[in-house]
Amino acid sequence: MCLAVPGKVVAIEDGADPLTGLIDFGGVRKQACLEYVPDVRVGEYVIVHVGFALQRLDEESALASLKLFEELGLLEEEFGDAWQQAAREAGEPAPAGHPDGGSEAR
Amino acid sequence: MKYIDEFNDPELARRLLDEIRATATRPWALMEVCGGQTHSIIRHGIDQLLPEQVELIHGPGCPVCVTPLDVIDQALEIAARREVIFCSFGDMLRVPGSDRDLFRVKGEGGDVRVVYSPLDALELARRNPDRQVVFFAIGFETTAPANAMAVHRARREGLGNFSLLVSHVRVPPAIEAIMTAPSCRVQGFLAAGHVCSVMGTAEYPGLADRFGVPIVVTGFEPLDILEGIRRTVRQLELGEHRVENAYPRAVRDDGNPAAVRMIEEVFEVTDRNWRGIGCIPSSGWRLSEAFRAYDAEHRFDVAGIRTEEPAECRSGEVLQGLIKPTECAAFGTTCTPRTPLGATMVSSEGACAAYYLYRRMNAPAPQGVRPAAEEMNPVA
Amino acid sequence: MPEPLTDVVDPAAWTCPAPLRDQPVVVMGHGGGGALSAELMEQVFAPAYGNSTLAALTDSSVLELGGARLAFSTDSYVVRPLFFPGGCLGDLAVNGTINDLAMSGARPAYLSAAFVLEEGVELAVVERIARAMGAASEAAGVTIATGDTKVVESGHGDGVYVTTAGVGLVPDGVDIRPQRARPGDVVVVSGPIGLHGVAIMSVREGLEFGVEVASDSAPLADLVAAMLAVTPDIHVLRDPTRGGLAASLNEIARASGTGVRLSERAVPVPDAVANACGFLGLDPLYVANEGRLVAFVPPAAAEEVLAAMRAHPNGAEAVVIGECVAEHPGMVVVATGLGGTRVVDLPLGEQLPRIC
Repeated sequence: MCLAVPGKVVAIEDGADPLTGLIDFGGVRKQACLEYVPDVRVGEYVIVHVGFALQRLDEESALASLKLFEELGLLEEEFGDAWQQAAREAGEPAPAGHPDGGSEAR
Repeated sequence: MKYIDEFNDPELARRLLDEIRATATRPWALMEVCGGQTHSIIRHGIDQLLPEQVELIHGPGCPVCVTPLDVIDQALEIAARREVIFCSFGDMLRVPGSDRDLFRVKGEGGDVRVVYSPLDALELARRNPDRQVVFFAIGFETTAPANAMAVHRARREGLGNFSLLVSHVRVPPAIEAIMTAPSCRVQGFLAAGHVCSVMGTAEYPGLADRFGVPIVVTGFEPLDILEGIRRTVRQLELGEHRVENAYPRAVRDDGNPAAVRMIEEVFEVTDRNWRGIGCIPSSGWRLSEAFRAYDAEHRFDVAGIRTEEPAECRSGEVLQGLIKPTECAAFGTTCTPRTPLGATMVSSEGACAAYYLYRRMNAPAPQGVRPAAEEMNPVA
Repeated sequence: MPEPLTDVVDPAAWTCPAPLRDQPVVVMGHGGGGALSAELMEQVFAPAYGNSTLAALTDSSVLELGGARLAFSTDSYVVRPLFFPGGCLGDLAVNGTINDLAMSGARPAYLSAAFVLEEGVELAVVERIARAMGAASEAAGVTIATGDTKVVESGHGDGVYVTTAGVGLVPDGVDIRPQRARPGDVVVVSGPIGLHGVAIMSVREGLEFGVEVASDSAPLADLVAAMLAVTPDIHVLRDPTRGGLAASLNEIARASGTGVRLSERAVPVPDAVANACGFLGLDPLYVANEGRLVAFVPPAAAEEVLAAMRAHPNGAEAVVIGECVAEHPGMVVVATGLGGTRVVDLPLGEQLPRIC
C-alpha cells in the first residue's frame, strides 16, 4: 500500500488554496498539497503520496535509526541474558499463531 | 536522495542480516502487510538473504489487488458510458473484472485516464463541466486523506459533475481477520509504515494483546524492512508481543491528526469485500451521509452489480501463507501473469507472480529448447 | 473477547475471479513493446505473412538482393508530446530507423518518410518536424529518398504520425542477431539508461527537473561501425527502446536460449532517472531509450570493443553491465545492490505509474 516518497519543500505558494508547495525529489520537482502539514517550512522534508504531503520527516529519528544500525553487533553482549532467557522459554507455548505449522511451507 | 540512499546501505544491511541470523533460533512466520513492502522485498532480493528460520508471508496489502470484483465491474460499467471521464491510478487499469479490464474499456472507446493524484481528477471536472468525471477512489488509510480532500473540495466548489467510486480498505480489521482465521500461521506483523504516518499507532496495541503477536511499524527501504524483521524476531524470541515503531522518522504515535479529521468528516466505516478473501466487517470506508451525493455508485445506479467470484483458484489461502502458490492446480497452467486468475498473479509482486518467475528460473529448460511456459515466451 | 470471524473468512472458501482471456480488441499494451506486442506479431502478423525472414523478429531484416546483403526496417512514430526536452518526433523518426538498421550491423543509406497529418494541425508544426528530420538525416549521412503524405479528418488522428523505412548495406562477415548470444558473452550498454522515457514522462506528468533531463535520441550507426572495426564478430546488438533494457535483454535471452545476468550496481542510471522512477513507481530497466545500444560481445574482444565505444561521442559512457550465461535460459536475472537476486521479466505492455 502506498508508494510514498520523501522530498524537500523548496517553495510554498503564496495564498494558494489548497495550500501547495513545490517539492524536490532529488532533482525531480513536483507540486504537492500541503494542507495536512500546514506548518511545514521551506527546507523541511515531507513524505508525499498521490500528490499530498502526509507527514514531515524527522531528521533526528532518522539519524538515531542509522546510528542504531551502525552499532549492531556491539549490542549482542548487552542482550546476552535475554537470549538465554528466550532459550529457556523455548519449551513454553509460542506467543502466537500455530507454530507447529511454522516451517511447513518453506 | 536523502532518506533513501542512507537506508539502502549494503554494509548496514549486512549487519542487520547478521543480527537477524544471530537472533532467530527457531522458525518464525512474519507477515508484511503492505504491498509496497512486498515490492521492496522482491526488488532488493531481501527474502533470499534472510536466514531460513525467518519466513515472510506476503499479506493482502495491495489496494489494487484486494479491490473486489463487484467494484471493478461497477467501474467498468461506469467507465464505458459516453458522458464519463473515468480517472484511475495507473496500476488499477490492468486488474481484471468479470470479463474485461479498464484497458479494454478504453480500447473500446471509453474515456479512461490515468491520473497521478485525485486532485488531477478534480481539475478535469472543473475543465469539463459538460462531462461526468469519476475518480476510482481505492486505497488504504494512506490514500484516504487525498481522496477525502478531493471530494471535500468538490462539495465546497459545488462541482456537481465530480464523484468518487469508493473502495477504501483499512488495515486493523484485516489483521484481525487474518489472526482469527482457522489454521492461521502468522506469528508477527510488519505494520505498514505509511498507513501509520496517517493513522498513528493507537489501533494496534489492542490487536497485539488480543492475539499475542508483535506488531512492528515498518518502513519501505531495505534497512527499514530488515529493522522491522529484526525487531519482530527479537520480540518473538523473547516471548513479547508489543507494538514497536521501527519507522520513527515518518510515524508519530498520533499520526497526522489533520488528515484523520478529514477522513472522519468525509468517510464512515463500513463492511467491505476483499478480493479473494471475502467480506471483512468494518474493514472499509464509504462516503458519509453528507457526501453521499458524490458517490458514483448511486449517481450511476450500479449498486446492483454484484458478482460472484467462481472458486477456481486459491489465492486467498496463498495470501494467508496456508499454501504455496505451486500447490494450486491452476498455477502455471490456467493461471499465469498473462492470464491471471487471481490478484496474487496480477500484481508483479504478488506471491503467485513471484513464484511463477522463480520457478522458471530454477527449472531451466534444456539448452536449445524453448522455455516451458510458452504463454510467457512469445518471442522464444 | 469478540466473536471470532471464522465464518466470515474461512480460508477454504476464499476464492478467485474468473480468468480474463485474450483481449478481443487492441489495447495500448499491444504497442508497448512487451509481451502483448510480441503476441500480436506471433499470432496475427507472422502467420498472415507466412515467411521465415519475418519470423526472426529482429529490429531489421537482412536480405540477399543482387549479391548484396541489405538490411531493411520500418517503424512508425506516434510520440506525444510531439516536442520534448532533447528532441521531437522528427529526430526520433530518423534516428529510430537508422538505429534499427545499425542493430544488424548495417551502414544505413536511404530512408522513406510517410506522414499522416490530422486536419487542423499548424503547418509550422509540420515544418519543424520535417526540418528536424532533415537535420538528423544529414548528421547521420543518410538520404530521405522518398515519401508520402495523407491527411485524416480532425479528430481521427493525433496531430502528426510519421512512418519511416530504411535500407542499408551489411558488411561482409557481419552476422548480428539475437540468436547468436552465447554463454560467456559480455553484455555492454553504451551509456546511461532511461533518459528518453523520463524526458517524455516529465512533460506528461508535469514533473520539473532541477537538472536538465533530455532525451538521449541519437543515431548509432557510426558507433556500431567503430565497434565492428575492432571485430566483425559482435554477436548481438539491440537498441532498448520501448520496454527498455528489460525487454531487449529478455528478447535476446529467449531467442538464443541463454540466460542473462546483470549487476544492478553496474547499470548506469542517472540520479534524475532513478528519482523520477522512484516517484512514479517505475523501474528504470523498463524505461525507453532512443540513443543507446546493448551489445553481446565475445569475451576475448570485450575490452577492445569497450575502448572503441568509449572513444566515440555516443558511447563515451559505455560500461559492462553483466554477462550471458548458460543457466536459467530465457531469463534475465539481476544481482541486487544488497546481494540478493531478482528476475527481470518481459513487461506485458507499457509501464504505468503505480500507487502501491
